[in-house]
Amino acid sequence: MKSVVVVFPGSNREKDMADALERASGHRPQLLWHKETELGKPDLMVLPGGFSYGDYLRCGAIAAHSPIMKEVIRLAKAGTPLLAVCNGFQMLVETRLVPGALLRNASLKFICKQTHLRLESESKTFTGKMKTGDVIHVPVAHGEGNYVVTPDMLKSMNDNGQVAFRYCGRDGRELVDINGSVDSIAGVYNETKTILGMMPHPEDATDATLGNDSAKPFFDGIVTAIAR
Amino acid sequence: MTAATAQKLPEKFREPDVTPELAAEFGVKADEYARILEILGRTPTYTELGIFSVMWSEHCSYKSSRAHLSRLPTKAPWVIQGPGEGAGVIDIGDGQAAIFKMESHNHPSYIEPYQGAATGVGGILRDVFTMGARPVANLNALRFGDPSHPKTRQLIAGVVKGIGDYGNSVGVPTVGGETNFHPAYNGNILVNAMTVGVADTDKIFYSRGASVGQPVVYVGSKTGRDGIHGATMSSAEFTEGDEDQRPTVQVGDPFTEKLLLEACLELMKTDCIVSLQDMGAAGLTSSSVEIAAKGEIGLVMDLDKVPMRETGMVPYEIMLSESQERMLVILKPGREAEANAIFEKWDLDYATIGHTVERRYLTLNMYGRTWCDIPVPPLVDEAPKYRRPTAAAAKPAPLDAKASQLPAGGLGEALEKLIGCPDTASKKWIYEQYDPLVRGETKAGPGQADAAIVRLEGKQKALVMSSDCTPRYVQANARMGAMQAVAESWRNITAVGGKPLAITNNLNFGNPEKPEIMGQFSDAIDGMAEACKALDYPVVSGNVSLYNETNGKAILPTPVIGGVGIIDDARKAAMLNFKPGMTLMLVGGACGHLGQSLFAREIHGLETGEVPAVDLQHEKKTGDAVRAMIDAGTIRACHDVSDGGVLVAIAEMAMASDYGADLEGPQDAGFWFGEDQGRYVIATDNPEGVTLPAIILGTTGGDSIMGVKVEKLRAINENWLPDYMNGKN
Repeated sequence: MKSVVVVFPGSNREKDMADALERASGHRPQLLWHKETELGKPDLMVLPGGFSYGDYLRCGAIAAHSPIMKEVIRLAKAGTPLLAVCNGFQMLVETRLVPGALLRNASLKFICKQTHLRLESESKTFTGKMKTGDVIHVPVAHGEGNYVVTPDMLKSMNDNGQVAFRYCGRDGRELVDINGSVDSIAGVYNETKTILGMMPHPEDATDATLGNDSAKPFFDGIVTAIAR
Repeated sequence: MTAATAQKLPEKFREPDVTPELAAEFGVKADEYARILEILGRTPTYTELGIFSVMWSEHCSYKSSRAHLSRLPTKAPWVIQGPGEGAGVIDIGDGQAAIFKMESHNHPSYIEPYQGAATGVGGILRDVFTMGARPVANLNALRFGDPSHPKTRQLIAGVVKGIGDYGNSVGVPTVGGETNFHPAYNGNILVNAMTVGVADTDKIFYSRGASVGQPVVYVGSKTGRDGIHGATMSSAEFTEGDEDQRPTVQVGDPFTEKLLLEACLELMKTDCIVSLQDMGAAGLTSSSVEIAAKGEIGLVMDLDKVPMRETGMVPYEIMLSESQERMLVILKPGREAEANAIFEKWDLDYATIGHTVERRYLTLNMYGRTWCDIPVPPLVDEAPKYRRPTAAAAKPAPLDAKASQLPAGGLGEALEKLIGCPDTASKKWIYEQYDPLVRGETKAGPGQADAAIVRLEGKQKALVMSSDCTPRYVQANARMGAMQAVAESWRNITAVGGKPLAITNNLNFGNPEKPEIMGQFSDAIDGMAEACKALDYPVVSGNVSLYNETNGKAILPTPVIGGVGIIDDARKAAMLNFKPGMTLMLVGGACGHLGQSLFAREIHGLETGEVPAVDLQHEKKTGDAVRAMIDAGTIRACHDVSDGGVLVAIAEMAMASDYGADLEGPQDAGFWFGEDQGRYVIATDNPEGVTLPAIILGTTGGDSIMGVKVEKLRAINENWLPDYMNGKN
C-alpha cells in the first residue's frame, strides 16, 4: 500500500496522520513537500491538519493553489482516494471537490475537545469496517470548522448519502452542536464517496497507550479497502 | 529570497548627542554611565548607549539577582547543561536529552495581552529549538487580578487567545499549566511560558563555540521598528497610563516561527552550524554580543544587509528592535550555499550580515559609516552586579480560632464553595482553546492527571511535566513557600508515577530596590535551594522577572517551578480517574493545618496563619514509596493534596471519573480541608499492597461526595469561568 501525506508550510499534523496509517497498515506513508509536482501512483492521498500559510488569508485558500495540488486534484477526480482532515478539509472545500464551506466556529474561539461522531453513510473506501450509526470518539482542534452549505445542496447531499459524519452525544442518539455546523455535520464525501473531508482528527484516536483508539476501525477500513 | 536592497541614510538623520541626562532616560544609572565612559575612553554614540543600556538592564544582566542565584544547586549526574545557555539540558536516557526553560512575558502581556502572550510563547519555543530540540510540550503559568477588577476579563481573553493561537499554529501541544487570581496582580499580571523539547545528546547546539573567520548569518522575519527597548521596559515599574508603551510590545507571527523551526532542525541535521542564538530580548544586540562573548571573539556586521521591513531604519533601531522570529547563525566558512538552500525551501528571509574577527569588539557599519565600536567583554562581564539590601518580611498574623469552623451546611457546603472558587474552578474555558494533542503523543493533557504526560516518539517512555507555585504561601513565608513550590512540583510528577529530574524556575517579584522585596527574593532562593538539594532536583534554567509593581504595589512573590521528569512506561501512569469499588486512602499523614489555606480564605475570609511546613525527608520518603506503588500497579489513581485539602482532591478525582465515593472520617474542617504537605490521595484495589501508613477514606462508587452529586459539583466547578467570561457573575 502506498499512501502519500502532503506537507505544506504550516502543516503540523502530518506526523499524527503518518503514525496512524503506519499503525493500521504497517507501512510508513511518504511525506511529500508541497512544492513537488509529481505524486506517482498512490493508493491513498492525505491532506493533513495544521495551519498552512498561517491561515492568514482564508484557511486552506493558499495551500489549495500549491504546485502539488494540480496533481492531487487530477488524481482525486480520476478516483484515487483522498482523505482531507481539518486544515486539509479547509483546502478541500477551496478546491470544490466537495460542496460547502467552512466558517469561523460559532463561538468565535478555537476549540479543542473530545467529541463523538456518528457514521451517517458508509463508503467502500473509507468506512469498510464501520456501520451506519456507529459512534467513534475523536477530538476536534480547529478555529474554523463551522460547515455551511445551501439548503438545496444539503438536500441533495442527504439524498446521495454524502454526509459522512455528524457530531453526536455519547450514545449517538442525539446530535450535538460543536462549532455551529449545519445539521452538526463533521465530515462529507464527494458524490462517488472516494473523497472524504472532515474536521475532527481520527488520527489522534488510534493509540490505546494514550487512552483512545476509538478510530481504529476507521483506519483499518481504509487500509483493507486500499489493499484490496 | 535575497538580502535587503541597499537603502540610503534618511536625509538629515543625525544621532542625538549622548549626555548623562539621556543616559538616565535610557535607564542607565549615573555610576553605570561613568563606567561606560571609562570603558570606552570617550562618550558613547547614541547606538552604543542603546546597546549598553539593554545589555546592562535588569532583564539581560540579572544585576540584582545574580548574587543570589549562585546559591541554587545546578548539578546532578544527569544534567548536561545548567543555567547559562538558552535553556537547560538533561539526559533522559537512550541517547536523548530534554531541553527546557520557562520565561516570563509579564509586562508586554499587561500592555497588550494578545501579542504579549503570543510572543512569550514564541520566545520560549525559540530558546529551546535553537539548541537543537524539537519542542514537544508547552505549559504556562498565569496569574490574573481580582475577577471583579474591570480589566481582568479582557486580560484573560487576550492572553489565552494569544497563547493558543501561537502554540496551536506552530503545532506544539499545550499540555499543562495553572491559573490563579489575586488582587495583588490587578495592575501586573504574570504570563510565564514553558517549553520542553527533545534532542539527541550528540546533536545539541550552543551559543558558544564561534571562532575567527566565520560568516554571521541572519535568518527569519525582517527587522522592523517593533519592540524597541522592550528589555528596558521590562526592567522598570509600571505606573498608570503605561498602556501607552504599546509600541514597545512585539508582534508575533507563528507561521514564520514554524518555518524557522523546521528550517533550523533541517539545517542542524547537516554539520554547517558552529553556533546559533535566537534574537529574543534586546534582539540583534544580545544575540550578537552573546555569541561574541562566549566565543571570545569579535563581530563585524554590515547592518545594511539586515533584511528590513521598513525603510529608513537606522543602526540604533536595528540593534534594539525586538521583531520576532529571528535567528543569528554562525556557519562554518564556505557552507553558506547549503544553508541558504534550506532557508529558501522554507521561504525564509536570510542574509550574511557579517563575520567573526579576532579583535573582541562589536563593530557595526551602515550607510558607509561605523556607528558602534565597543569592546565585547565589558558588555557582559562588567555589567553591574548589585548586592541590594534585604529586610526581613513581617510575619503573618496568627490564624483566628474561628478558621476551623465548618459552615452551617457542613462539609458538603464547604466543598461546593471551594470547588467553585476562582482558584479551584475548572480552567476548561482556557484549555479548550489550546491544542494539547497535536503530534499524537499526549497521554495526559490539562485536567487529566497531576502532571502532563507526553510520550517520546517510538517509545513507551514519556516526559512528565508540571508547573507549580502557591504565591499566598510565599507571601506569608518566602523560604517555606518557595520550598513548597519545589516540593509540590516534585510531588505532582511523582503522583503520576514519574521520576522527577530537574526544574526550570521563573522568579516573579516586585521592585528589588526595596529591601523587603529583596528579602523575599533572597529567602525564596534559600528555600528553593534547600528543597532542590534534598529532593535531588537541580535547577537547570530559569528567568528572573523583577519590578512587577504598579504604583508602588508589588505582586505576591511568585517563584514558579517548571518540573520535568520521566516515566519509563506511560501505560503505567496514574491518572486522576478511578473506577468504582476501589479503596480510597490518604498517605503522608493527617494533620489539619488551616493557616494560609483555601478553606480559611474562601469560607472565613482569612488570609492569615503560618504556612504548612514542608518536611523534605518525609516528602522524599512518601513520594518514593508512592512512585513504587504506581509502578507495581497497586495505585490505580492518584492525586496530591494541595489547594483545598483532601476533600477537594477527592472531588477532583470524582469529577474526572464520573463516580462518587462513600467517605468516612471526622466532621472536621482540618482533616478534610487542611493543606499539610507531602500527602497523596490514592485509589487502590489492593489495600494490603500499600506500603505506607495510610488512612482509609472510603470506597469509590455511587454518584455523590459528602451528599453532593458529582454532577452538581461538576456544574459548579465548570461553570464559574465561562459564566464569568460571559459577564454572568
